[in-house]
Amino acid sequence: MKAAGPILVVEDLSFSFGKRPVLAGLNFTVPTGGITGIIGPNGSGKTTLLKCLNKTLTPTGGRVTFMGQDLSRIKLRTLARLMGVVPQQWTTPFAFTVREVVMMGRFPYLRRWAGESEADRAVVREAMQATNTWALADRLITELSGGERQRVLIAQALAQTPRLLLLDEPTSHLDVNQTLEICALLERLIRTKGLTVLAVFHDLNLAARYCQQLIMLKEGYIYAQGAPEEVLSGPNVDAVFGVKTVVGAEPFTGRPYLYFFLNQGQ
Amino acid sequence: MKTRTKCRLLMAGLILGIGLTGVVALSLGPVQLRLPLDAFQTKILFDLRLPRILLALMVGAALAVAGVLFQGLFRNPLADPYILGTSSGAALGATIAVLSGVNYQFLGLSTRPLLAFIGALLATALVYALGRMGKRPVLTVMLLAGIAVGAFFSAVTSLLLFFRQEELGKIMFWMMGGFAYARWAEVRIVLPYLGGTFLYSWSLARQLNLLLLGEEKAHQLGLAVGDLQRRIVITASVLVAAAVSVSGAIGFIGMMAPHIVRLLIGPDHRYLLPASALAGGLLLLVADTLARTLLSPVELPVGVLTSFIGGPFFLYLLHKGRSALY
Repeated sequence: MKAAGPILVVEDLSFSFGKRPVLAGLNFTVPTGGITGIIGPNGSGKTTLLKCLNKTLTPTGGRVTFMGQDLSRIKLRTLARLMGVVPQQWTTPFAFTVREVVMMGRFPYLRRWAGESEADRAVVREAMQATNTWALADRLITELSGGERQRVLIAQALAQTPRLLLLDEPTSHLDVNQTLEICALLERLIRTKGLTVLAVFHDLNLAARYCQQLIMLKEGYIYAQGAPEEVLSGPNVDAVFGVKTVVGAEPFTGRPYLYFFLNQGQ
Repeated sequence: MKTRTKCRLLMAGLILGIGLTGVVALSLGPVQLRLPLDAFQTKILFDLRLPRILLALMVGAALAVAGVLFQGLFRNPLADPYILGTSSGAALGATIAVLSGVNYQFLGLSTRPLLAFIGALLATALVYALGRMGKRPVLTVMLLAGIAVGAFFSAVTSLLLFFRQEELGKIMFWMMGGFAYARWAEVRIVLPYLGGTFLYSWSLARQLNLLLLGEEKAHQLGLAVGDLQRRIVITASVLVAAAVSVSGAIGFIGMMAPHIVRLLIGPDHRYLLPASALAGGLLLLVADTLARTLLSPVELPVGVLTSFIGGPFFLYLLHKGRSALY
């Protein structure tokens, strides 16, 4: 598998709940390395798309190729070694320590009766240091704040040593500082580990700033895709989100920066 | 302190407790034992008290392990081993055995435990079949099916007993749960079930841990969730059926023992399972010893005693509030 080729190829992907179509004929590729963002209003199929890509849901049509292999033929356990998933919101009522939760990321590597090896512990430690959760190692997961728990989840996904990280609105429960830290962390992992990130973003300006490629969904189909500058045009955002948008430029990077207004007197 | 160290300490304490309680339980009873033992006393010691103690330990362990499994399956630390209607199926089986008057021996077991075992498995299988959509068990549907099937089986049992009220006494003691009929045959029957299912459950420990993170998260970490849920239901049901068939439905052990252990050493199943098995065994042995000595020579049904303690314990946990439950 060449690192240069796309890590993920989606062809004509469709999904319906019963008779109701949720995703209709999606075609896109995710290049290896970098951040690809999925944007779109609520109910446009973003989360369903992620679930089709991590085999939580089985697509009703089309084909997904992950690292050169047909996704439907990849075993769950194999997939978990190559793809980490960070859900939008997650809690458990059971009082595991943070270290135990992160160690569960090693599950796809561990044999049934075998204990964790020194190598497993080293991977876990590295994942926790990268996410600033090492200091929380002995705390109980049930006692953490939303932001801390989110970082633990990312650490757990990193402990899977994946090639692709899927994130569903990874920063929706975080404050500004934590949001920037997570994004900086993702960029660092892409640089140092050759990781690829595919993430759903709620915040369009955050997506504009960090993504190399955007996929814009509307009512289950792709309305636009490409570089943030092309996708986040005034007319596109207006049509998909039903607002009036003025596009400016973020002063330091020159990336698009959007200002939204209510669409009145249509 | 590391979980492993805590677990070892706890298990050492539990084994010590079981040993001490066992010696006390052997020496207590309506017949006073004095050394040297005569033939009658030896018979009481080895053919009545010893199998009874062993059976109480094993049934307690079985209920605790089944409790751990169901609590993991439903991600609810208060789930009970009888949650899927198992005990009502067993009660119906036992009632049919008593009322039909058929006396058939199988591996030294009489008709009553045999039919109770079959009834328990049938009830759970029915609940499981009803609670499935496609290949995957759907937990909420299964819970509701458990309530419905349990109520239905209980209704049939009540109806049968209504027409044969003279048999009520025989079936009543069994339904309240107890070890008055514990002999070596029962021990021999329960032991392989308990040993096999316990080892199998233990081999699933890491997967059970993942399940506590929720179905979706477990799936994302590479666990075939539906498959594991099916294995858990089957394993736990066999355990409960074996326990219920020899002792009747004994309440709250399967909830209390894992709960106490979880408070002491946390939710990791690699440690929770063996420690809960010992704790369940010890709890039920203590309860049974009290049940047969408190009002000696009258024997209380041990199920009544455990529910007497377990009910308030449960309410206390509820009152303490959700955050502290786990």
